[in-house]
Amino acid sequence: MRRHYAALIAALVLAGCATPSQDLVVLLPDKEGKVGTVIVQGQKGKAVLNTAYASARTTSEGGVQRGTASQSEVKDVFGNALAAQPPRPISFTLYFESGNDEFTEESKQEVKRLLAEMARRQASDITVIGHTDLVGPDPSNDALSLQRAERVKSILAGMGVAAERILTAGRGRREPLIPTADGVSEPRNRRVEISVR
Amino acid sequence: MQSTRLIVIRRFLLACACSIAPIAGWAADIAQFKVARGSVYLERSGQRLPARVGTHLQATDTVVTGADGSAGIAFVDNSLLSVGPNSVLAIERYAFNSTTHEGTFESSLRKGTLSVVSGKIAKQSPDAMKVKTPSSILGVRGTEFLVHSSD
Repeated sequence: MRRHYAALIAALVLAGCATPSQDLVVLLPDKEGKVGTVIVQGQKGKAVLNTAYASARTTSEGGVQRGTASQSEVKDVFGNALAAQPPRPISFTLYFESGNDEFTEESKQEVKRLLAEMARRQASDITVIGHTDLVGPDPSNDALSLQRAERVKSILAGMGVAAERILTAGRGRREPLIPTADGVSEPRNRRVEISVR
Repeated sequence: MQSTRLIVIRRFLLACACSIAPIAGWAADIAQFKVARGSVYLERSGQRLPARVGTHLQATDTVVTGADGSAGIAFVDNSLLSVGPNSVLAIERYAFNSTTHEGTFESSLRKGTLSVVSGKIAKQSPDAMKVKTPSSILGVRGTEFLVHSSD
């Protein structure tokens, strides 16, 4: 890590850098109002941004100045970039009837909502993600969850969704919807999630 | 004897399935333009290609917008990046394992404005996503932020 920054600084020095570029970084709250963290490392200074609208500016001396950006400044500087943001991805969850290849009644309705969402978006693409319950080890659940995702891909392709717009993933037992102890057979965890972009 | 052989074959098939699983698709499938307004280009292996809604991005493409341009890109890990006018954004490294969510996402804003909503890569590994500018390196722990880099 340190070597990485050293290389950056060396590169900047070598480039001559008579008028170093100046940056402005602003941290935003997400749609739920939560705020993440961004660490801004300059040539000579560093700032940790972890509050809404916290900002960092690099100075011509290579330092990093921490501050707060106003909402009007955000709009002035970043309005066009913000207006070009793609719509947020949305997830749909599907279940099979136990013992066969049919979606449950509720999931058939969910498939309709999924197709409507895909049609609403420009150049939409999806990832079909299989999940398992906590029975068995990682490798077999990874394979099983991918098989489930592939099955849903072929069902959706059969409904007219172009196959090149569908990615598949097997997430195995890593993301149970309902937390359970190891080895518990939980039908709500045996599901397929579809992320629409 | 035969049953042993079957088990070996099954294991082999399982191993194949597991090794294929992490690959999210071809190189072309790391991201897609969802928004492209005004003049938007891709620089790929020294060539300049027009970018439109639906155009795929590869891991070493550079996105360039003109004075009237802006663009929004969705990556396969659900990271969302968008740029405003007069921007140059290079995708330097992108790798995403869709099973474990491990990956690397490094981009470089040479100039202009960038908006980021981080995705599964940054959520899984706090040091996996970085945005560089000519004068700084941003370590991204999540989730939404803006970057402006002047010439």
